[in-house]
Parts: sequence; C-alpha cells; structure tokens
Amino acid sequence: MRKILLPTLIIIAASLLVIRVFYLQVVDDSFATKSDNNAIKKQYDYPERGYIYDRYGKLLVANQSSYDIMVIPREIKKDLNITEFCDLLKITKEEYQKRVAKATVYSPRLPSVFLSQLNKSEFAAFQEKIRKYNGFYFQKRSLRDYEVDYGANIFGFITQVDERLIAKNPYYNSGDLIGKQGVEQSYEEVLRGIKGIKYIQKDKYNREIGSYKNGKYDTIAVQGEDITLTIDAELQKYGEELMINKRGGIVAIEPKTGEILALVTAPSYDPAILVGRKRSKNYTLLYHDSIAKPLYDRGLLAEYPPGSPFKILTGLVALQEGVIDENIFTVSCHHGFSYARGRFMRCHCAGGQLQLHRAIYQSCNSYFGTAYMKTINKYQSPSAAVDVWSNHLKTFGLGQFMGYDLPTGKKGKIPNSKTYKQMYPNGGWRSTAIVSNAIGQGEVVMTPIQLANMMATIANQGYYFTPHIIKKIESKKIDPKFTTKHTTSIDKKYFPPIISGLFDVYNMGTASRLKVEGIDICGKTGTAENYTKINGVRTKLKDHSIFVAFAPKDNPKIAIAIMIENGGFGATVAGPIASLMIEKYLKKKISRTDLEIRVLNKSLKEEYAKLGGISAAEAIESTPKDSILKAKIIVPKKITPKAEIKKTTVDTTKDN
Amino acid sequence: MRNQSVKNNIDWISVFIYITLVVLGWLNIYSSSLLSTDGTYQKQLIFIGCTIPLILVVLFVDGKFYEKYASIIFGVSLLSLAGLFLFGKTIAGQRCWYAIGSFTLQPSEFAKAATSLALAKYLSDTQINLKDFNRQMQALAIVFLPVILILPQPDPGSALIYSIFIIVLYREGLPSWYVLTGFITILLFVLTLVLEPYVVILIAALVLAIIYFKGRVVDRNIILSGMILAAVSAFVLSVNYVFENVFKQHHRDRFNILLGKSVDMKGIGYNTNQSEIAIGSGGWIGKGFLEGTQTKGGFVPEQHTDYIFTTVGEEWGFVGSLIVISLFVGLFLRVIYLAERQKTKFSRVYGYCVAGILFTHFFVNIAMVVGIFPTIGVPLPFFSYGGSGLWGFTILLFIFLKMDANKVNEW
Repeated sequence: MRKILLPTLIIIAASLLVIRVFYLQVVDDSFATKSDNNAIKKQYDYPERGYIYDRYGKLLVANQSSYDIMVIPREIKKDLNITEFCDLLKITKEEYQKRVAKATVYSPRLPSVFLSQLNKSEFAAFQEKIRKYNGFYFQKRSLRDYEVDYGANIFGFITQVDERLIAKNPYYNSGDLIGKQGVEQSYEEVLRGIKGIKYIQKDKYNREIGSYKNGKYDTIAVQGEDITLTIDAELQKYGEELMINKRGGIVAIEPKTGEILALVTAPSYDPAILVGRKRSKNYTLLYHDSIAKPLYDRGLLAEYPPGSPFKILTGLVALQEGVIDENIFTVSCHHGFSYARGRFMRCHCAGGQLQLHRAIYQSCNSYFGTAYMKTINKYQSPSAAVDVWSNHLKTFGLGQFMGYDLPTGKKGKIPNSKTYKQMYPNGGWRSTAIVSNAIGQGEVVMTPIQLANMMATIANQGYYFTPHIIKKIESKKIDPKFTTKHTTSIDKKYFPPIISGLFDVYNMGTASRLKVEGIDICGKTGTAENYTKINGVRTKLKDHSIFVAFAPKDNPKIAIAIMIENGGFGATVAGPIASLMIEKYLKKKISRTDLEIRVLNKSLKEEYAKLGGISAAEAIESTPKDSILKAKIIVPKKITPKAEIKKTTVDTTKDN
Repeated sequence: MRNQSVKNNIDWISVFIYITLVVLGWLNIYSSSLLSTDGTYQKQLIFIGCTIPLILVVLFVDGKFYEKYASIIFGVSLLSLAGLFLFGKTIAGQRCWYAIGSFTLQPSEFAKAATSLALAKYLSDTQINLKDFNRQMQALAIVFLPVILILPQPDPGSALIYSIFIIVLYREGLPSWYVLTGFITILLFVLTLVLEPYVVILIAALVLAIIYFKGRVVDRNIILSGMILAAVSAFVLSVNYVFENVFKQHHRDRFNILLGKSVDMKGIGYNTNQSEIAIGSGGWIGKGFLEGTQTKGGFVPEQHTDYIFTTVGEEWGFVGSLIVISLFVGLFLRVIYLAERQKTKFSRVYGYCVAGILFTHFFVNIAMVVGIFPTIGVPLPFFSYGGSGLWGFTILLFIFLKMDANKVNEW
C-alpha cells in the first residue's frame, strides 16, 4: 500500500496533464484562431476593380485613388493632439470620439476603418503628418470614377461590406468594398478580382518580424477584369433625360440577341454622389425617399397589370389553339360586349364588325375578350384550359424570374388553375369569371422588362434570348444561358398577322401621330389602373401609361417597353418616348423634335404630389427648395437647354 | 576497474531518458530564443556541456561518500541558503542567487539533493521508527529547515517542492493520517475558494455526521468529532480570511484564473492565456520545429524558462507533448522501481526523494503552463533554461544512479 502511493499519484497526475493538453490542443479548436490573431498579420493587396464599357466601347466607369484612414485603438497615444488631428481631417471632436469608440468596440487590437474614402486632396494634408499619429495609418484604395452621370441603376454602387456577409463569405474582411445592386453586384467577382494576401509574423509588441513561413501562403492579387455591357450609352442617357420629372421605367432590348440596350428608371441619380465621403449621407437620403424610390429599378421591379399590350398574347394563344383565325373569325363590338348575363366589358374602339387585324390596331376589348373565352371554353374544364393558356404564356418567360444578369427582379404573375383554386375554393368558376385576363387585367401582372422581352419575342416571330446586360468579359465567355434560344409554343405562322396589326397601330391606330419618318414601327399602347390610399381612402390615381414597340418591322433591331407612372393614356407620354428612343437608336438623331419638346416639358410632378413626399407647390416650381442633393434626385440629369423649349420646367442645378 | 563496474552497472534506461530530455529541452530552448540576441541557447549549450564533468565526478566519487558525508553536505547547503540573506543577488525581487561575475548560481536548486541525502541518512539509521512522534518531528525538521530558509527569499515555488517529502516519509512508515490530513487540507482549501465558506463547513459537518452515525456505536466520540469540526471551521474561515484580506490582488488573481473567474487578460491573466493559446494552437502534430508563431513572436513570457513546455505544445503538438510527458513518467517510474530494489534503506529513501522531487517539479510546472495550477515559478527538470537547475537535477539524479550502480558492492 505504502509502496504504490507515489506511482499512483504520478500516473493520475500525468493523466490529468495529458487530458488537459488533449483538451487544449485537440478538443478546443479556438486557439488556432487566437494564435493567428496574435501572431499573424494579414496584409491585403487590393487589385483595381475592372472598368465598365458600353456596347460600343465607350468607357463608363473607371477608378480613382482614395485613401482609408485606419486605426488600431490601443496604439493611439494619450497625448494625441485631437484638435489638430480633427482639423486636418475636417471632422468634429465628437465625431472623432464616436469613431474611435466604434473601432474599439470592434477590436482594440485590430485595425478598423476610421474614416473611409478620402480623395487625393482631402488626404494630402493629413499624409504629411500621419507619422505623428501613432495607431493611425492609411490604406490606399481605388474608388469608382464615373465617366457619365447616368446609368446609376445599371452600375449599382460600391459600399463597405456588412458584418452579415463577412460572417457568411470568408473572402471579405471588415472594411472591404463590395458591389451592391446593378452590374457591380452581379459581376462582383469578375470586377473585383482577387485580393492578394501577405502573411506577416508579428511579435508581442506588434512589430513585424518577417514573413510567415517564408511567404508560403502568400498570394498575389489578381486584377479585376473589365466588362463590356450591352448598353448603348447614348440611348441610356437619352432615355434618362426623357424621363425627367416623370416616374417609371424604360427597357430596350435587341431582339436578335436579347441584349439590353437601355434600362432606365426614373427618378434616378448621378452615380458619382455615391462615391467618397458624402456617400453614406447621400445614400441615406436616397434610401429614405420612400415615395419617389430612386433606388428602386422600375424597369425590373415595377409589376403592373400590362393592359392592352397583353391582347397580343391573347390573340397569339387563341390562334395557336385554333379558336380564332386571321380573316374569318369576326366579333361585333358595340362599345363593348356582354359576356355574361348582366356583365358588360366596355370598349373604346370604333366598333362594328372586327377581324383580328383591326381588333389589334383599334385595341378592341370585345374581340379579345371573346377570343379568350373561346380559348378557355375549348376545354371541358376551365382549370385545364387556364393551365394550357398559362403554359403558353410561360414560354414567353412570363410569371417567372427571367434569369437576366441583374440582381433584382420580380416574377410578375400569370395565373393558372391553382391561382383560381385559391380564389374560388369551391370551384364553379368559368371563363366569364376570368375574362379580364384577356385584356391584361385581372390576375395578370408583368414587369417592364417582361413586356420588352415579349415585344422582342414577337419581333423574332416566336423566340427570344434571355435578356442580359453583359456583352463581354475580358477573359471569360459570358454565361451560355444568354446565347440559348428559347422558343415559344406559338407557331411562327401566327406571328405575321399580329405584327401587321401592330404596324397599323402606327398607321391607323392609337399611335398614328407618333410615326417616325423612315422607320416602320410596330407598337401597342396600354394603360394600367392603379390605386393608392390617400388619407386612408382607396383612391384611383391616373392610369400608368404603358407602351410597347419594336422596329424596324421587317428587320427588328430594337424592342422596347415603357411604363410611366400615372402618365395617363399610353399614347400621350409613353408612346412618344418609344418613338424617340427608337429613332435615337436607329438613326442616332431626332427628327421628331416636336415630340421631344413635348416629352421633356411634360412634368408629372403635380400628379405625384398627390402621393405625398413633395408638396404641390414644389412640384410646380422648378427650383426645389430642399438641399441641392434632393434637387439632383428629383431632377437627376442635365438637359442641354433647347431653344425651342418655351417654358423651362427642367431644373439644371447640379452640385459640382 | 571501478570505471568498468559503473559502466556495466549504471541504469542505461534512466541515462537514455535523461539524455533525450536534455536534448529535447535544448531544441525547444533553441526555438524559443532563436530571435533573441542575448545568447540564451548558446549559454544553455555550455551549461549542458558542463554536466559531463559534473556527471563524471558524481559517478567516480566513492559510493560510500554520499552516505558518509550526507550531514555535512546538508549543513553546507543550509549555510549556502542562509548566506543568501547576506551575499545574495536580487533578481526580479527574489534574493535567490549568488553572483560570481556575470555568472549566477541558485543554491536552492542544489538544496533539494542535499535535503534528500540528509533525510535518507536520517531514516537509514535502524533505530529510527517513524511511529515515534519525536522521530516524526525530527524527520519533518530536516525537511522544513531548508523550507524556512527558502520561503523568505521569496521563492514559494521551490519551497512547495518540499511537500513531496511527506509522501517519501509515508513510504518509510509515517502514519497515514499525515497524508490524509494533507489531502483534506488541500481539498478544503480549494473548496473554500470555489464555494462560500459556510457551505464548506456545512458539507464538513454533514460528512462528519454520516461518519459518526454510520460507525460502530463504541467508536462514537462526540468530543473528537466536535473538535474536528471546530478545526475544519477554523481552517476554512482563516483560509477565507487570508485569501480576502492578507493575499494581495495579484495572489488572488492567480487562483481566480484557475477558478474560471474573469481576470484581466492583459494583466495577470496574460501569461496563462498566452500559454494556453500557444499550446492549444499546436493541434495534433504541432506547427513544426522553429515554426511556432507564438514562440517566434515571443508572446509567452519566460518561455525558455518556466514556460518551455509551451514551445513543445506549439511546435510538436499533442503527439510531442504526449512523448515528453511519457518520457518523464517513464523516468519517475524507473527511478521508483530502482529505488524499491535497493539493498540499503539509505539509497532507497534517496531514490524515492529523487522521483518525488522530479515529479513535483514536472507536475507543478506543466499544470501551471496548461492552466490548472496557480502561476508559480518552478522549472521543468532538464528542459528549462538555467545552469543551476540543470546541474541540480543532474546531480540529484546521478547520485542515485551511482548508488544504484554501486549496489552490488553494498552489504
């Protein structure tokens, strides 16, 4: 007994040590990280972000140098001359305290951004004295330098990566920049390149004592790649100018390729206001403007019942289903038609006996209502019929995300039997209940880009390419899905009669005053009803103005959709914009200057004032009383003042 | 002829483990001081070189020398400890060294061997029976004399080592209640720090009550039980009082770290925290020789001395740590095994002392480094930087190996 006490004690004690060592080294894996935080400093080499060009090689977005002031809070000397320091950086003492406190919360030992994105002149004075300020150093960054003052929604912007993403994506560190919205987001990985990392061994005094493992793990920065967009910069610019004092979206697509030629949303802003130190202040202003929503890309996101343009699809499906034909099938319209007992659908067409052709250019509700009901009634059960109809429409890319290469989107909606099962759980619904789908109302909802794609598909007589904004990446091929043809379920032969009807919209129909000399345009007007709550009362607002078109008729080069919020009848605002955009793209100059003046001077601010946010008085007066920035948001673009403009309602104030 | 007999009879297993530990120790000192400019690993190499003549002297001295002169060696050792009060050099607040030029010597490192010899000598007397209270006191006096001289230097780490002699005495017949009391004292001490004092007293009362009522009726002694409870209560309350009122904050913090109470990781908690990070980041197989980032960066204070095991943990990982611990355990068990087969009581007791002293250093040092023992300065035998320590442990071990090699001549 006495002999074994010491050996037992030794074995127990040694086991205890082994268990403890095992726990530290194998079980608890937090020490490796702590060790790296201690001893390894990662130094990043940020590559320059890729440039962005338009389809003709015009440089749109480049880079400029900027400087981030970094801080390691615990290295700040107590005797720091805060007054002098703040003067150099032009910040207040309170701001200084706040920023240091924030950095300390993040980590007293690790560097964090103290002040970000100083430009060269802001930095110059500080640079001379930075050696005096222990704990502060700078990091050179490259910032976006916008060569144009439009296209903000297309480009998106660059911002500091947020904590949530840092936790999710190990590539990013606190203070890294990342593209948000637009192509900056969707082509983030291409544009940003890959930052290089140098691992440096530190000692306990935080001094660098050489590279870690002789640089075995170091990586070299990979340059960001340039990208070329499908955007036509001139067209984009023109579209944004036309949209001044209006809200809405324009989407133009090249039918043969699916390339997006222009993607306009209004109101918009100068992309340069989201660069540099004023970035966050400006972004907050934009972000909180919940009425005009300048950050909301209406071309991609605005979902509305498409109205009359949808009749094109109703006609195509009816033709494919064989319930109507081009010449013989006739509907008589008496300012509408009664489709069920006591139910009457009004119509504004000239009336009388209509075949398909006239029904299209006169946009006859009765004709398409009848055609739609015949399509549905062709099948035994209305739900089976709705599914057939719905599936036809889905081959146009409707009711789903289109798969384009921009980070925002809406599915729109094409109802099917499920939709109606939810609406009428007990069944019993028939074609009469859903007839408003025929004329693009009811349950049908589309976004402008879906409308534009629909027109591209019609222009192509039955196929489309997924709309996309990327034309070329420096070293890579673009996603093959953008070069894959999607064919609709409608036979090619059914398209020409529809197209000829759309052509006569310009000759004899609703757009007869919007013709452009020398260009055969096919188009269709539309309106979307919309409501809002004003003082708690559901109020009908002026209709959204919609217009879709493509041109030239025989060799289509551009398909376009325009949506103007509260613009009224399609041919008053949206239609002229379509003509101007098409002419601009195909002819590069404008012959219909009368239309141009009309559009430029058309302000819908008074209408929008009803929604709140801007007072009616302000809407009428062209000079906003708010900050200069606000002026820029509401009136984003410089317009070359034209002599013909009699009464300038366009504000040209710009913060330079 | 004698040379021949030592070579043939020395326990080569122990010698092999010793050499392995010294070599491994130096490699780790080399790694941890590679970037320092004060020649640490070069000096240690000289210290190691000096052990060779030292070992030869120890081995070639007559086998009877140690037993014959044990008392004188002990006396000289005590004098050298006492002399520190007059001639000692103070380094970092501790008056533990004699300085001869730039060279320093720490007598307490040699005192352990001397005390062991003295204790062995005392117990080897056939007249001695540790059942006798006077003998117990005399034996304890031998142990406590050096402790009394070492404590005020102050060097609590070195003093703590002497507690292991209780186990040695127990092996030689010291009544078991000494050991039991020792264990209970430690237990009460720890419990008092972890729990509230009155809770500990309550538990003690409960345990005593159970023993009282479970035991045979004739054994029940209410007065004894009451006295034990009173003693326990007094101890617990005084520990609590000492801890709260006599201890300084930095003493309290050393315990608080272990008890998982929050302490300032940049102040008192720094050593233990950095030490755990270095070891913990080693993983299974470590970062590799000379690749330890914590070691290179010098994050662990005193890494080449008391915290040398962190280099093992960081650069050689769990596998390396296990090998080092196993080598030590192997050496201790080997020495105990050799001690048990000694023919004289003198060399058996001495062997036990050797195993006990080495083990205590080993355990207190590594336990502190891995954060399960309060921060206290105790070197890791054969590993830690320092001439006195290395020589002290070498002499301690090789005197015993000499005795063991010589046992054929002893009758």
